[in-house]
Amino acid sequence: MNEKTVAGYCIRCNDQGYLTDLEQWNREIGLEIAEEENITMTDKHWEVIEYLQNQCKQGVAITIRKVGKSGVVDIKQFYQLFPNGPLKKASKIAGIPKPVSCI
Amino acid sequence: MKQLLILGAGTSGTMMSNHLRKALPKNEWNITIVDNQKTHYYQPGFLFLPFDLYQTEQLKKTVAQFIPKGVNLIQESIDRIDKDNDKVFLQNNTEIHYDILIIATGCDIAPQEIEGMQGDHWYKSIYDFYSFDGAKNLRDKLKTWKGGKLVVHICEMPIKCPVAPLEFAFLADDFFTKKQMRDKVEIIYVTPMSGAFTKPVATKELSYLLDQKNINIVSDFNIEKVDTENSKIIDYGGLEVEYDLLVTVPTNMGDDMIARSGFGDDLNYVPTDKTTLQSKVKENIFVLGDATDLPASKAGSVAHFQADILVENIKLYIAGKPLKELFDGHANCFIETGFGKALLIDFNYNQEPVRGTFPIPGIGPLKLLEETRINHLGKLAFRWIYWNMLIKGKPIPFVSSKMKQGGKLIEEI
Ligand SMILES: Cc1cc2nc3c(=O)[nH]c(=O)nc-3n(C[C@H](O)[C@H](O)[C@H](O)COP(=O)(O)OP(=O)(O)OC[C@H]3O[C@@H](n4cnc5c(N)ncnc54)[C@H](O)[C@@H]3O)c2cc1C
Repeated sequence: MNEKTVAGYCIRCNDQGYLTDLEQWNREIGLEIAEEENITMTDKHWEVIEYLQNQCKQGVAITIRKVGKSGVVDIKQFYQLFPNGPLKKASKIAGIPKPVSCI
Repeated sequence: MKQLLILGAGTSGTMMSNHLRKALPKNEWNITIVDNQKTHYYQPGFLFLPFDLYQTEQLKKTVAQFIPKGVNLIQESIDRIDKDNDKVFLQNNTEIHYDILIIATGCDIAPQEIEGMQGDHWYKSIYDFYSFDGAKNLRDKLKTWKGGKLVVHICEMPIKCPVAPLEFAFLADDFFTKKQMRDKVEIIYVTPMSGAFTKPVATKELSYLLDQKNINIVSDFNIEKVDTENSKIIDYGGLEVEYDLLVTVPTNMGDDMIARSGFGDDLNYVPTDKTTLQSKVKENIFVLGDATDLPASKAGSVAHFQADILVENIKLYIAGKPLKELFDGHANCFIETGFGKALLIDFNYNQEPVRGTFPIPGIGPLKLLEETRINHLGKLAFRWIYWNMLIKGKPIPFVSSKMKQGGKLIEEI
């Protein structure tokens, strides 16, 4: 477990920079991580982030298919908003764990 | 008489019928199990069949031979569950009333979910090995294939036995090396995940395997369609991967019967309590195996651990007592790495796979997260254990439903 300072807040994260405690997240932190990922956040971006956080809080495993059916964006739009690996990038900005397999 | 009804007589349903016939008094409980299939397949064998390492007869037995005396087997398709009236309708319009329902209808491949996958090229240059037909056709193809780009591909998660595609790539390396044509085959592993390995310890310990076996990896690839004319798979971001032979794991989905019953998520998985295995649909409906929406692995070993726990909880439910939150997501899987070796992983909801010994802490004889020959023998022995112990509901020595911490090198974090 690492600690790092993002947007002036001290947060706990794993060694790939994913927050390990969603409680510590706020928009400023999300914004700074997005900048690191070269993403300029718009209202649509934040809507997706909020959707992902809600799913995570409900303990639902997040998949591309779910995002595509969320009513927030379709999969093509999700790719336009978060190019190259949208799920892992959006998860990082949202402060939720990266989707993992069993190994 | 009270009625307990089990839907699906695959790994999970068969195990439950064997356990419950012993656990519930015959003069109080009728047990019925429904499955439309006559054949029970040993699905883990589908990994080996394409490489001609198993004969088809070793993977097939009848469904009926594993259903114990005193359990009524109905071989008919299930149409839907009417949860409000505690009834199940079969395709032949019969209806069955139940007091307790167990859903064990598993999941299956759904190649129709991806545009272009199931057209004229299906079983010509595009194959799956997650079905008996797919694995058998692929075996025949590999016998005469001259080489080229072999793309081993996962469409989307979750899939059953999530390590099987990686094992397929390892076994393909072994197969073509022994056929003295490895130099003619490029193996490309394409995954929607961020890598072949996603957990920190496994990534550290196992990444060498891909280099050693000369397997190229394309990650974060979410397939949109197959362009069969140009033999390419294309992802939503526009990324393209060419193939000469595409071995794909299509989308896995629960049975349509779940959708017809009016519950299930977008992949027809049944909402299930993570620890008790009671459905979130209704209190007298329980779920196990691949049919659940749990964030646990979809594997026979997991279904085996769940079965032990579910028997206990069904007894408590009948007695009107609170259910026990016993299921911890425990999974135990062998991973073939080729050339007569295998890895073994043991993990649960919270504990990622680490090194250590199994099943007896400190002794083994199996080694966790390390390639050994004895692990490979363990994987081969699993077929015997499956047919003779696992689905008959006999306990497997030293292996408990709850994961053991002992014998594992767990770092404090
Ligand atoms: C290639 C491959 C390799 C694998 N390797 C391993 C391994 O090494 N180790 C391991 O532990 N697991 C492995 N597995 C996974 C394992 O086989 C499954 O997790 C296990 O079989 C799940 O059991 P189940 O009872 O939930 O589903 P299944 O065994 O699939 O049974 C479901 C049953 O329900 C029936 N059914 C469904 N719908 C209906 C309907 N509408 N009407 C009537 N009947 C219906 C089906 O006919 C079927 O018999 C592997 C799977 C595959 C495909």
